[in-house]
Amino acid sequence: METLLEIKNLSKSFDLHNLGKHIRAVSSVDIVIKEGEFVGITGKSGSGKSTILKCIYGTYRIGQGSIWYHSKKFGPINLADATERELLYLRKHEIGYVSQFLNVMPRTTARQLVKQAILEMGENHDVAEKETEKILAHFELDEELWDSYPTTFSGGEKLRLNIARAMVKKPRLLLLDEPTASLDHDSKIRVKLLIEQLMQEGTTMLGIFHDLEFMNHLCNQEYNMQNGIFSHSTSFTNS
Amino acid sequence: MAEFEVPVLSIKNLNKQFGKGCLHCQDGESLVKNYCPICGTVYACRDVSFDVFPGEVLGIVGESGSGKSTLMQCLYFDQEVSAGEAYLADYHHGERNLFQESSQQQRYIRNHIMGKVYQNPLMGLKMNFSSIGNIAEKLIAAGSHHVGMMENRGMELLNKVNIPVHRRKEAPKNFSGGMQQRVQIAKALSNRPPLLLLDEVTTGLDLSVQASVLDLIKSLQRELNISIVLVSHDLGVIRMLADRTLVMLEGKVIEQGLTDQILEDPQHQYTQQLVHSLL
Repeated sequence: METLLEIKNLSKSFDLHNLGKHIRAVSSVDIVIKEGEFVGITGKSGSGKSTILKCIYGTYRIGQGSIWYHSKKFGPINLADATERELLYLRKHEIGYVSQFLNVMPRTTARQLVKQAILEMGENHDVAEKETEKILAHFELDEELWDSYPTTFSGGEKLRLNIARAMVKKPRLLLLDEPTASLDHDSKIRVKLLIEQLMQEGTTMLGIFHDLEFMNHLCNQEYNMQNGIFSHSTSFTNS
Repeated sequence: MAEFEVPVLSIKNLNKQFGKGCLHCQDGESLVKNYCPICGTVYACRDVSFDVFPGEVLGIVGESGSGKSTLMQCLYFDQEVSAGEAYLADYHHGERNLFQESSQQQRYIRNHIMGKVYQNPLMGLKMNFSSIGNIAEKLIAAGSHHVGMMENRGMELLNKVNIPVHRRKEAPKNFSGGMQQRVQIAKALSNRPPLLLLDEVTTGLDLSVQASVLDLIKSLQRELNISIVLVSHDLGVIRMLADRTLVMLEGKVIEQGLTDQILEDPQHQYTQQLVHSLL
């Protein structure tokens, strides 16, 4: 398998000028992810897990080190040097991000939200409409909710919509930032089934999970973080 | 890596000063913020450079007096720049510096390739003309002659911005602030510009009206895929609409990035203060 993502010596810190503080979030992290793998990061809250994902997605600027991503469009690209427009392109077409918080446009319905994600990729309206309905049904989101605003949804419904929106684009690399953190057991199982399905379709995933048991069966590699560094990593040959 | 797309608008080292400057302030040393206390010159825009790409919304945020509106006025030729270059992909293939063109050519560019919505509707509309007449004015400036065609286009646009078509003959002075902004947007869109300049378009509107104007901008941008430069002091507006954002302070661009970078990982002290002031 080809390498899809290679993080080399990544460090990230924050200078909070007004508080006169310097916070080191992540130090010297290395990760290699091959195409089609599912890689998990575990660790206590505040240990720097999300920082890694946000550096990959470009929400945080990469401090030191490099993140090489093998893009379909650009070939091997160091995300630390990518232009803003290149990052936006990758977000639209290749790299997806799901967090436990749904960031939505106000006054946009669930249907519009998902449809917009498909339209961004250049599909036409008919295809987008069909795909939208398919994925919303797939995530067992009540049909009555399709044309309402997500701000009125329950936590689980929001999350399923959030994942639906990210997954409908079939990104090559999907970043999962504790997507199951606030879900009940049934919903967790549902998310897990989808992750398995995406794995079968060849999506590469890097995810953060609190719940070790939940991900153990899925992972090809597991990294454990403590205070911004990896304390140990485990590889699983059979998954 | 070679650039994979061509900017719609390219601004290079735009400078705008009000006043002649003196020996003390020309090298920037004696300035208090962007003001020279000796000769009274204000340096409103200092070496501003940026690109706007097809179909994107570029946000410009900053406190009042940071030079945002002056910058927008320069882009629309309402003000003459002191120095700098601007290139539009749709004008001579981006090979001519717009700021060097004759005022006649600049008028042509304004009428054919750009649209602008001002914070103050008085600047963008003739308050005593009918609403549809205001739109026709821009169409005529862009070379239309056919009255029926202009009427149809006007009605189509008013419809698009949710102004009841039966009120098309009414003058904007009879309209609410939000409606006036929407007539301005219709007017700005009338010549199908590839580039739209929006200067604090929702400032001063109440929340629900603000929401309807923002929704309109978002849907227009989706449907028409035009590029928008959006100036606002309101980070909420920027967060909702902009893909990328520039932060201005004292006439300079002090930081730029993806909008979520600016909001979640601000680097400059001023940007951090601004983000932390967000409700």
